[in-house]
Amino acid sequence: MARAPESADPSNSVGLLGWIDQRFPLTKLWKSQVSEYYAPKNFNFWYYFGSLALFVLVNQLITGIFLTMSYKPSSAEAFSSVEYIMRDVDWGWLIRYMHSTGASAFFIVVYLHMFRALLYGSHRKPRELLWIFGCLIFVLLMAEAFMGYVLPWGNMSFWGAQVIVSLFGSLPVIGGGLVEWIRGDYVIADATLNRFFALHVAALPLALVFLVIAHLMALHEVGSNNPDGIDAKKYKDAAGKYLDAIPFHPYYTVKDLVGVAVFLLIFCGVIFFAPTFGGLFLEAPNFEPANPLQTPTHIAPVWYFTPFYAMLRAVPSFAGTQVWGVLVMGAAIVVLFFVPWLDRSPVLSIRYRGPIYKFALGVFSVAFIVLGICGLKPPAGIYPQLAKICTALYFAFFLLMPWYTKFDSVKPVPERVTGHA
Amino acid sequence: MHKQWILMALLGTGIGASSMAGSAWAQEGEGTLPRSRADIDDIQSLQRGARNFMNYCSGCHSLKYLRYNRMAKDLEITPSELEANLMFTSNMPFDTINSSMPADAEGWFGKQPPDLSLIARARSVDYIEAYLKGFYVDKTRPWGVNNKVLPGTSMPFVLADLQGRLTPEEYDRFVRDTANFLDYAGEPVKAKRQSLGIFVTLFLLVFFGFAYMLKKEYWKDVH
Repeated sequence: MARAPESADPSNSVGLLGWIDQRFPLTKLWKSQVSEYYAPKNFNFWYYFGSLALFVLVNQLITGIFLTMSYKPSSAEAFSSVEYIMRDVDWGWLIRYMHSTGASAFFIVVYLHMFRALLYGSHRKPRELLWIFGCLIFVLLMAEAFMGYVLPWGNMSFWGAQVIVSLFGSLPVIGGGLVEWIRGDYVIADATLNRFFALHVAALPLALVFLVIAHLMALHEVGSNNPDGIDAKKYKDAAGKYLDAIPFHPYYTVKDLVGVAVFLLIFCGVIFFAPTFGGLFLEAPNFEPANPLQTPTHIAPVWYFTPFYAMLRAVPSFAGTQVWGVLVMGAAIVVLFFVPWLDRSPVLSIRYRGPIYKFALGVFSVAFIVLGICGLKPPAGIYPQLAKICTALYFAFFLLMPWYTKFDSVKPVPERVTGHA
Repeated sequence: MHKQWILMALLGTGIGASSMAGSAWAQEGEGTLPRSRADIDDIQSLQRGARNFMNYCSGCHSLKYLRYNRMAKDLEITPSELEANLMFTSNMPFDTINSSMPADAEGWFGKQPPDLSLIARARSVDYIEAYLKGFYVDKTRPWGVNNKVLPGTSMPFVLADLQGRLTPEEYDRFVRDTANFLDYAGEPVKAKRQSLGIFVTLFLLVFFGFAYMLKKEYWKDVH
């Protein structure tokens, strides 16, 4: 994109840009959102994952469009059409691996992006709505990933869909009808695949893109938080320049470019040398076509769902219904929306919080990872017990937050941001 | 600045640990099968594997996602060699590799012999090797043989005669070449993908260098 002259008043720009600026706020938008959007100068490692999430989203959209050109959303042809892409379409294998690896990469960067918010209190006032938009993106992303996973119509696609969709059947009264309505049939079938395709390539990406725009608009309205959790736009020098904030472009565009380079090194490492990632990103049973008569020996969702899947399995059935596990799994996501109000600490950043929050966040992180491992393993040995403990720890982190953040000691917060990298 | 390096190191450890977890996971899925020494870059091994497959397997098993001419191109087999020695079920080099099995084969074996296009991806090369070495005499089974890796297998041991004629080393090589070929058939682009990956990585390292210097240059004036 062209850079506007420093003093460009839209009405003063000339040539083609001038012609556009008199009819559309191009220069104005560029300046207000990018070249004169001031961001704190002390962003650290954790601040790469926002721009990386956007980068992966674009990767998914572009590779997805090309996959759609050769994919056939029918139960008779879906599996073969994926192999057609892998073998007969020029560079089809690369596009498919970029898309399948991109799905896992999306969750990695989004989980780290969300963790950043918990580290530095980025969800706190005035960024509550920004956080809520983010949580909505996370929910849609899970739906998008689930439906995308069904499309190759491998045996794990089929049985994964069977298990996940039937969860809705445990809801009282409406359950049975709801499941039928989602599947469009009495079993997972052609109708299910067809509608999941429609939702995966049109409805959900559209909603995701709108939400990402809303997320960015909210961010640019309230300004970015930073690792110190303080206002970086408080002080200006005599000339009226911010002392602790710098224009997003060029400073963070060039910095995020370094982040993109490192990300691509890892991402391409997976694509070219380990595209199945040991069966975690592409599962072995999914190289067999969907077979309603043959259940895989062990049905597990893809790794990014396993923490929640482990919670589902950790809750025993009670009063003759399995619905409690489903409710707990749902609550694990719903509780995220309330974090801005659960956190009562007078400071935002973990740098100035006391030992209790640091300990709680550490325990939470470990519990989440252990849940992820439990969800991958068959429910035998120590895993069911471990999953129960970690489910309790997961919820304790959120539900006890109003108390422990309030009583936790705090350190004095600096007036100006500290350091930059 | 130091903190950043510590974080980078932590991230690196995380990636390392997760990839180890990934491979541990994969190994667990395969049980305790011996590691195959098959090498996807060994064209001669793949050629021998193709010969083995066409002569011993393709009577019953198809490779319905692999075309004869694609195989010939990737394995450096000339069109005349291909048509003279390897094409038993079709005259058209662009055809996929189908078996000669009639549709009622289920009546003979209890099940239709499966297509093997993706067997290496669904089960692994280690599995194929262990399976082909895992047959033993079991008079209670319809074909008089059973298998250590897939108990109750429906497949007769078609390589029995061969295993008797070859030395153990020769038979091992026969099995390894065949498994290697099936690995190729599962993902024909595998060898190319890995060699291309080296150039992509080198390019990205250079790109990282320039991006890093650009960032340094711009950030000189941020205090």
